[in-house]
Amino acid sequence: MSEKPEKFIDENGLRLDGRRIDQIRDINIKIGILDRADGSCYLEFGNNKIMAAVYGPREVHPRHQQKATRAIVRYRYNMASFSVEDRKRPGPDRRSTEVSKVSREAFEKEIFTELYPKSAIDIFIEILQADAGTRTAAINAASLALADAGIPMRGLISSCAVGKVDDTLVLDLNKDEDNYGQADMPIAMSTDGKITLLQMDGHLTPEEFKDGLEMAQQGCRQIYELQRKALLDHYNNTQKEITQDISAESTTEEESNKGPATLNDVPDNGDNSNDNEINEDIPDREEEEGFSNEDEDVIVSDETEDDTLE
Amino acid sequence: MNNEIISIIQKDHLYHLMLKGERSDGRAFDEFRDISIQTGYIDKAEGSAKVDLGNTKVVVGVKIMPGTPFPDTPDTGVIITSAELIPLASPEFEAGPPRENAIELARVIDRGIRESGAIDLKKLCIVEGEKVWMVFIDIHVLDDCGNLMNVSALGAIAALLTAKMPKERFNLGEDVPLPIRDIPVSITAVDIGGGILFDPTIEEERVAESKLTVIFNQEGAISGMQKSGTGSLTPDQMNNIVEKSCKKAQEIREKFLEI
Repeated sequence: MSEKPEKFIDENGLRLDGRRIDQIRDINIKIGILDRADGSCYLEFGNNKIMAAVYGPREVHPRHQQKATRAIVRYRYNMASFSVEDRKRPGPDRRSTEVSKVSREAFEKEIFTELYPKSAIDIFIEILQADAGTRTAAINAASLALADAGIPMRGLISSCAVGKVDDTLVLDLNKDEDNYGQADMPIAMSTDGKITLLQMDGHLTPEEFKDGLEMAQQGCRQIYELQRKALLDHYNNTQKEITQDISAESTTEEESNKGPATLNDVPDNGDNSNDNEINEDIPDREEEEGFSNEDEDVIVSDETEDDTLE
Repeated sequence: MNNEIISIIQKDHLYHLMLKGERSDGRAFDEFRDISIQTGYIDKAEGSAKVDLGNTKVVVGVKIMPGTPFPDTPDTGVIITSAELIPLASPEFEAGPPRENAIELARVIDRGIRESGAIDLKKLCIVEGEKVWMVFIDIHVLDDCGNLMNVSALGAIAALLTAKMPKERFNLGEDVPLPIRDIPVSITAVDIGGGILFDPTIEEERVAESKLTVIFNQEGAISGMQKSGTGSLTPDQMNNIVEKSCKKAQEIREKFLEI
């Protein structure tokens, strides 16, 4: 562990990692990265590396946990043993139990659980590398994994912490600020500006709390924009890649004349778009192509994701 | 199941009372139930307190003994807080290792004691890097009629204020009082359909969707906070709770804790 710095903020008003006091760390988001999960998200937040997976709605085990009128939401925040400097003993501890509880509560009302009685929506978080602010990063990732799993929600949940160093409020604490700072207050916010998670430890006057809350909300709004962009990019790209691959494949096949006769029909069909009979056939074929190309996409994206993971 | 059905009926009832500005036990929204603190309740413990808040009853015992410090803080004493929600206290509690509610309770109490600097941990060092005093705060809930957060916090600080370091027993000199620097007080409020009710009863807790606990130190600054429950609170509601709790905390501290 590093020593306590003499000053957290320099004469130019910049923090030790070069950020302004109201600037969040860089965020890098990959959506739909795990194959078996119904929804997933890999998120880097500064040096934090977080993997989130969502399973469900699915059957509840043990069955006595099931609710007749709604789905139950379960949230498991887990730190990998190698995620921190001193090896963490694997498995749940008191801290992770508390983090899991408040994080689950941050999501529960945002999900339309009433649509899935007797089922479970499971959110699993793995902290692969921890560097201050893991619970907020995990919530941001979980929110996107839920969206990726197609779970109906009222909106995204965005999360960010505010803290105090050198008697100054700063957004999104880094490791040193977290270890040696005067206060740490993580919050999570729904799209309509309601606070769904709030914890605080340290020392804040009521006025500082008020300002800090406002600052943390600003952080959440910035993160929300990044989350939204990541989702849009993910689905636009998937869409684009499919359409590109369809056109690419049909041209190569046209040129080489190796493709099956049915595929050669595709451009012709375009010309005869007024013909009802043929029109009924086209969507089917295009869908088939779409599906086969999608498989290729998954492989391509898996490769790129492996790169980022290394 | 039963709980859920009852809580919908209760929700309706409490919500309509709230709209009229009333609570089921006739208190004002920001009024606490009667508090009574009995310290020195357990002779065998180094410090103890039994606290009643309305019908909610909690016993907190403090045991102090020498132990090894954590490697990263070789010259500071150790605080370990745990809470047990024993089945004696409520039909909803089950035997077994602490579940998330008990863990959350213990961690929020711990946060208040630790972050306010209530115990002067530097004075608990015996031999640097080898031996320090360890303070165990154990919260035993006897009757859960709501607002365990505040009762337990009161119990913990009351027990610490009267705790003695058992130096004689370990041949380390004469018994002295535990060095206390601050008296944190925690205040909890719940949101029922937009109405903010302080010191919630068990019915109010069950019906409310969100709860906010704020812990204040002696100078009126916030040492810890925890929002729990599945609902959300607006920033205005939060600021409102903080503002009102600040005064409440001061009142309770003056009346019950300052010696």
